[in-house]
Parts: sequence; C-alpha cells; structure tokens
Amino acid sequence: MPSVTLTAILPEIILTALACIFLVAEPFVPKEKKEWMGYFSIGALICSGLSLFTLWGRNITTFSGMITLDNYAIFFKGLFLVVSMLAILISVRYIKIEEINFGEYYGLILFATVGMMFMSSAADLLTIYISLELMSFSFYILTAFMKRDMRSREAGIKYFLTGAFTSGLILYGIAFLYGLTGATDLGSISAYLSQHNLNSSPMLFVAIVLLVAGFGFKIAVVPFHMWAPDVYEGAPTTVTAFLSAGSKIAAFSAMLRIFMVGLGSSYDSWWQLLWLLSVLTMTLGNITALVQTNFKRLMAYSSIAHAGYILLGFIVASRIGMAAVLIYSVAYAVMTLGAFTMVILLCRQNSRGDQISDFKGLARTHPAVAGSFVIFALSLVGIPPTAGFIGKLFLFNAAIQGSFYWLAIIGILNSTVSLYYYFKVVMVMYVQEPQDVAPLSFSPTLTVALCVMSFMTLFLGLYPEPLIRAAVQSVQFFL
Amino acid sequence: MVEYAWLVPVFPAIGALINGLFGKKYLRDQSHIIAVTAVMASLFISIIVFADIALNPIAHEIKLFEWIVSDNFSAYVGLLIDPLTAIMIMVVTGVGLLIHIYSIGYMHGDEGYYRFFTYLNLFMFFMLILVMGGNYLLMFVGWEGVGLCSYLLIGFWYQKKSASDAGRKAFIVNRIGDAGFILGIFLIFGSFGTLDYSFVFANTHLINTKIATIITLCLFIGAMGKSAQIPLYVWLPDAMEGPTPVSALIHAATMVTAGVYMVVRSNILFSMAPFSLEVVAVVGAITAIFAASIGLVQTDIKKVLAYSTVSQLGYMFLACGVGAYVSGVFHLFTHAFFKGLLFLGAGSVIHALSGEQDIRKMGALARKIPATYKTFLIGTIAIAGIPPLAGFWSKDEILTSAFAGGHYLIWAIGLATALMTSFYMFRLLFLTFYGSSRVDHEVEHHIHESPHNMTVPLMILAGFSLLIGMVVGFPPESGWIHRFLSSVVGSAGGEVHEGAGHHLSLGLELGLMALSIGVALSGLALAYSFYIKNPELPKRLAARVQGLHQALYNKYWVDEIYSVVIVQPILMISQFLWTFDQWVVDGLVNASGWITILESKISEMFDIYVVDGTVNGVSDTLDFGARGLRRLQTGAIQNYMLAMGLGIAILTVIFIF
Amino acid sequence: MIPLSHFLILSAIIFTIGIVGVLTRRNAILILLSIELMLNAVNINLVAFSHYLQSITGQIFVFFIITVAAAEAAMGLAIIILIFRGKAFLNVDEINLLKG
Repeated sequence: MPSVTLTAILPEIILTALACIFLVAEPFVPKEKKEWMGYFSIGALICSGLSLFTLWGRNITTFSGMITLDNYAIFFKGLFLVVSMLAILISVRYIKIEEINFGEYYGLILFATVGMMFMSSAADLLTIYISLELMSFSFYILTAFMKRDMRSREAGIKYFLTGAFTSGLILYGIAFLYGLTGATDLGSISAYLSQHNLNSSPMLFVAIVLLVAGFGFKIAVVPFHMWAPDVYEGAPTTVTAFLSAGSKIAAFSAMLRIFMVGLGSSYDSWWQLLWLLSVLTMTLGNITALVQTNFKRLMAYSSIAHAGYILLGFIVASRIGMAAVLIYSVAYAVMTLGAFTMVILLCRQNSRGDQISDFKGLARTHPAVAGSFVIFALSLVGIPPTAGFIGKLFLFNAAIQGSFYWLAIIGILNSTVSLYYYFKVVMVMYVQEPQDVAPLSFSPTLTVALCVMSFMTLFLGLYPEPLIRAAVQSVQFFL
Repeated sequence: MVEYAWLVPVFPAIGALINGLFGKKYLRDQSHIIAVTAVMASLFISIIVFADIALNPIAHEIKLFEWIVSDNFSAYVGLLIDPLTAIMIMVVTGVGLLIHIYSIGYMHGDEGYYRFFTYLNLFMFFMLILVMGGNYLLMFVGWEGVGLCSYLLIGFWYQKKSASDAGRKAFIVNRIGDAGFILGIFLIFGSFGTLDYSFVFANTHLINTKIATIITLCLFIGAMGKSAQIPLYVWLPDAMEGPTPVSALIHAATMVTAGVYMVVRSNILFSMAPFSLEVVAVVGAITAIFAASIGLVQTDIKKVLAYSTVSQLGYMFLACGVGAYVSGVFHLFTHAFFKGLLFLGAGSVIHALSGEQDIRKMGALARKIPATYKTFLIGTIAIAGIPPLAGFWSKDEILTSAFAGGHYLIWAIGLATALMTSFYMFRLLFLTFYGSSRVDHEVEHHIHESPHNMTVPLMILAGFSLLIGMVVGFPPESGWIHRFLSSVVGSAGGEVHEGAGHHLSLGLELGLMALSIGVALSGLALAYSFYIKNPELPKRLAARVQGLHQALYNKYWVDEIYSVVIVQPILMISQFLWTFDQWVVDGLVNASGWITILESKISEMFDIYVVDGTVNGVSDTLDFGARGLRRLQTGAIQNYMLAMGLGIAILTVIFIF
Repeated sequence: MIPLSHFLILSAIIFTIGIVGVLTRRNAILILLSIELMLNAVNINLVAFSHYLQSITGQIFVFFIITVAAAEAAMGLAIIILIFRGKAFLNVDEINLLKG
C-alpha cells in the first residue's frame, strides 16, 4: 500500500470541493446573488493559500511519486492562487455587463486553477497530462462562454480544435518517451536516459520535438502560436487575462520540470531547439505587434514575445536561469493582468473597448487609470523601477552568465522594439482628445484588483528581495 | 555631514509626490512653492556635502539598503559621494534651482503648471540618483528615469503633434543606446560579480583588454544615445519642442551630460581599452564638427543652440577619448552654466516676441530687452571661447590635451569646430539683437523685458559664465578642478596621463592658447562681416555653394535617411509578417495542394496504363485528399494546425539530420 | 510473435491519417473524429510498448487517455453545437471572423 499524504493536496481539495458545490448549487442561486459565488471563490482561494503556506519548505513526494510538493510547486501554486483571485476580482462586474453571469463561470475558473496547481507539482507524465487537460478543458468552455457572441464561439472552437490536436501530439511524444525508457515518472526517465546513454537517440529527439510542440502551443511559441491572437481577441476579456497569465505560466511550470528533471541529462539535444524557438518567438511576436490595432491582439502578440523571453531561462538551464523564469513569471502575470484590466474597464454597454482607439484621451478623463497603465507598460517593456525590469534583469543576466551572448543581445534589442507598441497606446491616452464620455465600468472589486496590481508591479521593482529569495529557494531542489 | 547626502535626491522626490497628488486640486498655480523649496533644500545639502568633500576629497560610500542579494548577485541601494559626484550634484541642483525659478515666470498661466513642476522635480530626483548612485544598477535606474521625464517634458504640450512625436522619438532613440548600456552592465556583472563601483574599479585585474574593450564599447553606445552623439543624436534637435526651461535643464545642462559622466565615472575601465578610447575620441570629434556645421545655417533660435549642444558634447567626449577626463568634466561644468544661460536667454527672447523662434524674424532687440541681451552676450562670448570667460579655459584645455597626446587630426577638427562655434554663436547674437528689426508688426508692440524671476536667474548664470572658468580652471592643466578630481581619475594608472599630463613647453602651450583665441576671434570677425557689415554676403555665399547650403540646412538629410533605411523596412517587415497568414501560409497550402494533384494525376496515369482497377482506390484517395487540401486555403483553423505540423516536421528534420 | 516495429508503424500510419484528416476535413465533427484517430494511434503505441517492456504503466496510461478523450468529445460536441446554432453549418473554413 503506497503512502498517500492528503495534506500535500489539501489546497487543491478545497478548491475542487467548492467548484463541485458550485456546479450543483448554481440553479438554486438567484440571478442577482451570483456575485456571492465569486466572493465565496475568493474565500476558498484564500483558505487554499493558507493551507499552502504551511507546506512551505517541506519536500513531500506522494501518490507513488505522481505528485511532488516542493518549494518550486508551492511557489507556482501561490502564484496561480493570486492570479485566479485577481481574475475573479476583475470578473464580478464584467460578466454582468456581458450577460454571462452564471455560477459555472466561477466553478470553471476554480477547476482551471486546480489544473494549474497540479501541473506545477506533477512529477509523472500521467499527472502532467491529466492536469493539463483539466486546465485546458476549463479554458475551452470559458473561451466560448459568451454563448450569444459569435466571436466568443469562434474563439472557443478554434481553441478547442487546435488544443485537442495538440494533446494528440503531446501524447504521441509521451508514448515515445515511455517506449524509450519504460517509465513515465520524470526521475526514472532521467536516470534511464543517462544510464543507457540514450541522450542522443533520434526517437528521443522526436519525443522532445513533440513535447515542445505541445507545451509550445500552450505558451504560444512560434510556430505554435497562431491560435493565440484569435482566441485572445474572441474570448471574454477576463478569460483572456486569466488565460494569458495563468495557462501560460502553468505550462511553463510543467515544462520546466520536464526539461530540468526528466530531460535534464539530455540537455545537449534540446537547447539548440529552444534557442531557435526563443529567438523566433520574441522577434516575430514583437514585430507583428507593431501593426496591431486591436488591443487584445496586441497583448496577444506581446505575450507571445514574453514567452520568448522566458524560454531564455530554459536554455540557460542553470539555477539562476530557473530562478529567473520564476521571477519573470510573477512579473509577467501581474503586468499582463493589469494591462487586460484596461480593456475590462473600457468595456461598456456600447463598446467592446478592445480597440486601441478606445483608449483615446483616457489620461484626461481618468488620470489614475492612465497612470496605472503607464506602470504596466513600463513593466512590460522592462524599465525600472518595475517588476518587469527585475524579471528581464535576471533573465538576461542568466543568459550572459551562461555565455549566451547573442541570445541576450537579441532579447535586449527585442525589448527595445517592444517599447514602440506599448507606448503607442500610452500616446493615444495622453495625446488624443477623449471621444467617449460614458463612465468606465468600475466596481469596488476591480478597483481593489487594479490597486493591487499597480502596487505589486511597482513594489516588486523597488524591493524585489523577498521575491528573489523565494524564487532562489524554490529552485534549490533542482539540478 | 556627507552621511546626510541621501537627503539630496529625497527632497525633489517629496516635491514631485506632493505636486503629483495635490497639484491638480489644491496647489494649481502655487505648485512652484513646493517644487522650488524642494530644490532649494537639495541645493543647501549639496553645498554642505560639497564643502565637506572639498576640504577632504575622498570617496564616501553610503549603503542604504540591500536591493538585490542572491548567491552571486549583489546590488545595494547605496550612494557614492566623491569629488566627481560633488561637482555633478552642484551642477544639477544649482542650475536646476535657477531654472526652476525661471520657470515660475516662463510657465506662468499654463494649464499644466502643476504637471510641469511635478515632472521637473521628478527629473531632478532621477538625475541626482544617476550621479549619486554607488553602482551601475542605480545609475541605470536614474538613466531610465531621466529618459522618461525627458519624454514627458518634451511632449509636455502634447496637443502639439510635433511635440508628442519628438517625445516619442527621443524615447525610442534613447532605448537603442540603452540596449547597449544594459548589455554593458550585464557584462560588467558577468566579469566582476557585482556592480558596485568601489569593487569594480579596485579589481580591474579580473578582466583583460578584450573584455574591457567590449564592456566600454557597450557603455559608450549608451552614452551615445543619452548624450546625442552620431549616429544617435537625431532626437536632441527635435527635443526642442519642449518648453524652453526643459531644453535648458535637461537638454543642455544636465541629462545630456549623463553620458559624459558615465564615461568619466568608468574612466578606469576605459583606460584599459585603448581602442574604445579611440572610438570615443573619433565619435566625439566627428559629432563636434558635424553638428557645428549644421548649426551654421539653422534659423530656429533653439535649433541653433541644440546643434551647438550636440557639438559641445562631442567636445567633452573628445576630451575623454584623448584621456583628458578632467578637462571633459571641466567643460561639462562650464558648459552647464553658459548653455543653460543661452537657452534661458533664448526663452526670454521667445517670451518677449510672443512665441516667435525664427531668427529671420528678429533683430535689433538689444535695446528693447537689455537684460536679456547683456546676459546672452556674456553666454555667447563664453561659448565662443574668448578669454577670460568660462568656455575658453575648458575648451583650450581639451585642445591642448589633444595636441599634446599626439592626436593632431582630432586637434585640428576641434580647432575647426571652435571656429564654427564662434561663428554661429555670433551669427545668432547679431541676427537676434543687432541690425534692423524684422519682427512682425503686431508682435512688435508687445515686446517686453521678462519679469524679474526670469532675468535674475539669467544674471546669476551670466556671473558664473563670466568667472567660473577662471576660478576653478586657472592655471590651465593644474587648476583647482584638476587637484580636486585627481582622486577620481588618478588611480587609473600612468598610461592615461600621457594625454592629460603632457609635457609641452611653455612657449608651445602659450602658442596653442593664442591660436585658439585667434580662432575664436576670427569666428567673431567673420560673423561680424557677414551679418552686420555686409548683410547681403550670406545670401550670395549660399547661392554660390547651394548644394552645401542645402545639405547643411536640411541637416544632411539624416532624418530622411533614417526613415528610409531603418523605419520603413521595420514597418514593411511588420506588415509582411502580418499578412503572412494570407499570403505565405495560403501559398504553402496551395503548393502542397498542387503537388498532391500532380501526384494523383501521375497515379491516375499509372492506374490507366500500368495497374488495373484494383488500385483505383489509392488514386481516388489521393485525388480526394488533393481536393480536400485545395479547399484548405480558406480554412483558418487548419492553417494554424498546418503551421504547427510543418513546424514540427521542419524542426525534426533540422535537428535530427 | 509480432515484432514491436510493426505496431509502431501501424500506429504511425494511423497517426498520420489522423493528422491529414485534421488538416483536410471541413466538417468540425470529422476533425474531431480525426483527432480521436490520433489519440488511438497513441494508445496502440502505449499498449505495444507496455507489452514489450513488461511494464503495466503504459496500459494504465491508455485508460486515462480513453477517459479524457471521452470528455473531450463531449465538450467538443457541445462547442460545435454552439457554433451550429448560430450558423447552421459546421464548415470550419467558414469560421474566420477572427484573423490578422
């Protein structure tokens, strides 16, 4: 009888229980009380966070090695809880405006969060696959959640079909990896590969390419990125925000574990692949973003470019590189959510608010909102003193430490290019005359979320010490 | 008292915070009280710190708190107060205070009054962080911060399209430089394991000449962006769209000299890399003469001064490049005063003429605005390099160092630039204040001298321009400033001093001095004969050498060239990638469709001629597939999946074989 | 005894047929079926490996894949019905509102 430590998955149990209750209780909650389900979700997320907090520093492997709860997992789980909380805070009013005010919405967000959390602690290809699908399925439904909106439906089917196709690819890769090593848990795979000197076998390489394609799809790496702009544009904006922050980072967390633990010994056979993809991704993402007129699409390309930066940390494959991935993930989550919040604010009865021209004169009518966007933009470009700068500092520094000079140069040039399109939006806000005087879609919860995100973006830039320490401690179990 | 130096940047930060939070609602047209008080407090502390350092010129390190500390990375939020910092904070707070006071009058009645002072204070904060920081990271924070403020202040009148465009241009060009700077910082960290000046400069044995060259070249790229050197100078002339006090403070006296400060601060690294020094000297010299030549024919009073600034910054880099770091700082110091003065004077002229900036529509203003005229005259003589005013001492030192170091070509370029400088500055003076009035009629009635809060700063700056060169720089090469800064550049090792501590005979030195005075005076004489004695001459000359005149007048078409060579291609690539979906992917799909059709045709032939009906199925399938593939061209989702499939195939092929 | 390579080749062929189906079919339901084909190719692979490696893990994995695939199909059909209600057709190449 293998030992099972239930406390290791207590945070997920709490969320799953509440999400199941939501699905059952949904019909009995009157329409105008639905937002209470949102508040309950936040309560559950906080409880989950508290139970997670007590696990910090312990290194538990349980469920026959399927689940590993180390600091690395806890770091990401905490981040997912925060992201999910912020996503719910910005949703409460938005889903009323879009008339998708159903309890399932919150339930699905919780399920997606559970999926992400399991992804970061999954130590076996089986658990990685299942948690990946749990997250993806929730997102497929959430993307198509605006049933009456043609764009949302279209985004839903596009995301679903491409996503299902990708999971076929991942599974084929997993099958090869299993066939090669006879195991599905990452530790045994790694041990087998180095023992039998299989680190340069063609079959391994096919498996790696397929896995990269599968995860590359989730994190939107060129050329597996093409779904992202369409889905980001069509999905409800809150879902887009959650998708770009949560889903991408969750995929990174699982991918990092696979590549560092499972395939760490065959580093030589994959770093060039990721090098190429990283360069392609950041360059194409940034350059394509230059000509966008829809803000959500612009952010989609921007998030593609950011995926390219984060891959830098994979290629370096050192402790500094991994810590940099963790730090950048936090910065990226906060600033991306913040940028999407702008669209949510601008979404009113008569406008979708996702065109760049909708930002006209925002600085004149709402200086505080415009100011917080400037903070997010600075952070997205990577200008101090913001979280984005700290993230880039660690990533590029890691690249230089690992002697990847060209990669660092390309990354730095790319972030120089990215300035242009973020500040195109800033210029529209500050230079042009306001055209629409309809009030912004403010709500108390959204204000709280916006304040938290602006504060965190600045605070992590000014005093990054706690974040860095946590990130460094989180990667100590690796390598 | 040096321990309290951290207060210097804190005051402007508080000022910016108060004005930013309460300016719009409560302070409005009283915002300057907070802003000026903050800078005054800063100046007060700066003077105390300066006095302390002057009595005891050693470096003090103040560590405030740990910003980033990890296994192999450390950065303190800490200050380094040494003689170089002391001089810089005096320039920043001193000139800064005068410009703040001047702005009270200049910006009076502007609807963004509080916003202006908020940005100005914020700028002071970042500039002080830049010069006081004890490591490269803090310098970078300040560096980006001043860039941001500059961007906000250039685009201050954002209703003007040209102003907001100029702001964006400044920011983008600066980012190109910053890319180099960041890389340099990371390389320093990679080599030394820290970014603290004290450690880096004390442990230069950790790197060899090659790495030092790469690091310093990266740093210099940053300096080129910030200090407007060729080819990254294009933003500075455009930056004149901002309010004039901004041009004076940011684009003449302080921010643009940050690049020079950085080079001098890193002089120990630069001295290890002779090649980098050569690059610095050459870029500086070319920029100096290039910008000066453009300045010869410009007709916008602020543009002339802007090109003059670019040219003078080139001088400073020239000095650094030949190893005369102290002379570079000396020129930075004097330039801050006289160029600040000239810009504020220009502002006063513009103010008097209700916004007119074209010198062809000025003239004969000497008697109408006497205070502005007199101070502007002093500034002009100072920059032209006529003794005993400030510019002479610093410029002469730079030229002498270049000559003594054996850089004769660079020396000659410097001398030619001095001639041009003297010429275009007196041209500006004569066209503005002498001759006959060409002012528009309706403007003429309103000509008035500026209020006291504008003229008093002018007079103070004029006083400094008059005396400061002599006070700190006499006797040349061994004046007070040399002794004061010796600890900053002294530890660089002997070989650098071949430029600075040269061995010219007294006679030769005096001869060089006489030559530079002669050059300055001939510039004056030329300008006099062109614009006072014989006003028709310039036009005839311009007609005679029309091509050259056009080239100069259009600033060698650099903006246009950049647009064609850099901006357009980027936009085109971007457009191309954008239409990738519609063209390339569809094209690929079509092509694969055609190939399959071809195949199916061939197999049909096989079918008919070789094999009989049993294989019909294969052919049908292929044909069917071909039709299916052909239809694919409109299926967007499938295009995406096809791209993925092709991606996997290509990657596998590349990496397996 | 049938060698392992036969199974692998079979699975590769089925997988390729699945991919080609996904790329060429216009009807969303047929695309979904092609994806199922891909998943079953993977299942064959896993079972074959499991048998030849004498390790049970692969077969357990197959159970999970079958279960997840069922859920996937259910959800896919739901989304497809959503599209069908709006447009009354299922051709994916006519779903191109979002592009650029």
